Amino acid sequence: MYKYIIRRILVFIPMLFALTIIVFGLAKAAPGDALTGQQLADPKVNPEVYEQQREALGLNDPIPVQYWNWLSSAAQGDFGKSLVFNGRSVAELIESRVANTLYLGLFSLFITIIVAIPIGIYSARKPYSLLDYAATGFGFLGLAIPNFFFGLIAIYFLAINLGWFPAQGTLSGPGVEGFAAFVDRIHHMVLPGITLGLAGTATYMRYMRSEVLDVLGSDYIRTAKAKGMSDQNVLYKHTLRNALIPIITLMGFEIGVLLSGAVITEQVFQYPGLGTLFISSVTNRDFPVVMAITLILGILILIGNLLADIFYSIIDPRIRYD
Amino acid sequence: MSNQPVLNVDSLKTYFYLDQDQVAKAVDDISFSIYPGETVALVGESGSGKSITALSIMQLINKPGRIINGTILMNDTELLKLSAKKMTKIRGNDIAMIFQEPMTALNPVYTIGNQITEMLRKHKNLSKSEARIKAVELLKTVGIPRAEEVIDEYPHQLSGGMRQRIMIAMAISCDPTLLIADEPTTALDVTIQAQILDLMAEMKEKFQMALLLITHDLGVVSEYADRVMVMYGGQIVEQAPTKKLLRDTKHPYTKGLLDSLPNLDEEVDRLGAIKGAVPPAHDFPSGCRFSTRCPFVMDKCTQSNPELQELEKDHFVRCHLYDNGGDTLD
Ligand SMILES: Nc1ncnc2c1ncn2[C@@H]1O[C@H](COP(=O)(O)OP(=O)(O)OP(=O)(O)O)[C@@H](O)[C@H]1O
Ligand SMILES: [Mg+2]
Repeated sequence: MYKYIIRRILVFIPMLFALTIIVFGLAKAAPGDALTGQQLADPKVNPEVYEQQREALGLNDPIPVQYWNWLSSAAQGDFGKSLVFNGRSVAELIESRVANTLYLGLFSLFITIIVAIPIGIYSARKPYSLLDYAATGFGFLGLAIPNFFFGLIAIYFLAINLGWFPAQGTLSGPGVEGFAAFVDRIHHMVLPGITLGLAGTATYMRYMRSEVLDVLGSDYIRTAKAKGMSDQNVLYKHTLRNALIPIITLMGFEIGVLLSGAVITEQVFQYPGLGTLFISSVTNRDFPVVMAITLILGILILIGNLLADIFYSIIDPRIRYD
Repeated sequence: MSNQPVLNVDSLKTYFYLDQDQVAKAVDDISFSIYPGETVALVGESGSGKSITALSIMQLINKPGRIINGTILMNDTELLKLSAKKMTKIRGNDIAMIFQEPMTALNPVYTIGNQITEMLRKHKNLSKSEARIKAVELLKTVGIPRAEEVIDEYPHQLSGGMRQRIMIAMAISCDPTLLIADEPTTALDVTIQAQILDLMAEMKEKFQMALLLITHDLGVVSEYADRVMVMYGGQIVEQAPTKKLLRDTKHPYTKGLLDSLPNLDEEVDRLGAIKGAVPPAHDFPSGCRFSTRCPFVMDKCTQSNPELQELEKDHFVRCHLYDNGGDTLD
């Protein structure tokens, strides 16, 4: 198992390497650079000034050289300085954002799990019941409504009209500390968390329903019943663990889905996470920030997949890695 | 054979309510008894209602099926009147069941030990360690080598034959009075089949159980069963002690089944087989359910379904051929 994990992590390296090459190439292929915007905004400044800055920042070097420069410092943990935010270091800029996005992603995953799994189980046990139909309807809506649209509706009704939840940000103010800050953070994450988790909740609910139905019809469930096991035992011991096996595999991909969903959701809620930073950095052609975020997202997705594989082997004894 | 049956099934009907108002009469008015220590075979082609009969006794019928009529008495307890919870105390404890497909009958994510001990702990109130000791002992009883190791293994690590032995170990673990085996060897290699059947016969003796053996293999019947019930279209069409049934076959359907067996004593050009297929349970012919395939069919057969009548002592037949005192097929 440990050997397997180490091997998987070693495989990550070339994958991340390829990822950075592709993103670097795409970023450079886009027209303009970090200075173009300033230049357009302030046309009176002598273009020479910008040319000198470009020269100094290495933006005029051939692209492979630029990539090599970026890679060699990144390999030493130096992601350079932002070209836009007054030259703040990329690491510093990203640090707080990573945490915010992780909190949001985990919170949304948590909501997804505690909502989708029980409802999925219920729907499977009482198929074609009122609640099952309601869940099916909700599932279709959840998949059909775009994230940003649901977010706007949520803001309009729950934040502006009813005032139950804040519409943006992560904290009410700088003065909040300790446990109060924790509660405040969660309070701020409710709307973006639900928005982000909506599609996932709908998907997992349906999956859970069909998995549980499937397992309930299997031979070993009939055996468990024939042994005289109670309904509770049959459901929670014999059915659940088997039904969760495919769900866990899906969850591995969910990390990627959540992170990409976060880009839009964070924008709607002006939530200071990686997503909002990513969009502004792409717009501003702030390459060092874009590259660093790409790398972090890549690592998070790969870790998510690895975690899913590990859970998978824990829950299903037929899977052994060695 | 004592005279008090361990199981008495009377007028049992289990119907499946399908779409478009169709009703599949999977088990349609069946009555029989099983006596202590007896092996009763239930035979019939695919779809004749054997499994549904067994699952009805266990009350494991799933929607859209429903037991709509009958009584099932087990030592004076009327099982169909028990609450769902009380019934869980009967299953596995008083009546145990073994299924056809050993590859899928065990839960893939729990160890063998876990799946045996959960029964012992529930029905016999054993502690965890007592149950484990008992489970190892059971594995040894059913002839599993390396029992101490196998108890911690998972089903996928064992062969089909081994898994069926595990199923037998689970079935006998709580000393049931009745064991129902639904085609326990159909899915196994021919060489393993005899071993498993012998093991079941041995266990039956050792633990003084009655055995309801479902099969479509008349060879198995002749070797292991004391009594045979032949099922067709959800009903019993012939019932007799094994020797009597094989020697003095009354029902054309039973005869058809016997003729389709390869007979080593006689030279035959081809295997006799019954023409056609079992009619679907939601669309039986009017009259006798076998009339569409019966070589002896008469007008009367398409008009009314014959009653099960006791032609000789312990020999029951459902056939119009015997209505006017006739007593042989030929
Ligand atoms: N879930 C179900 N839904 C609808 N009809 C069913 C269902 N299960 C069984 N039946 C009906 O009951 C009839 C008898 O089925 P059963 O499984 O008892 O046959 P069997 O004698 O055990 O056959 P086999 O030898 O193939 O196991 C079938 O022909 C079918 O019409
Ligand atoms: Mg069957």
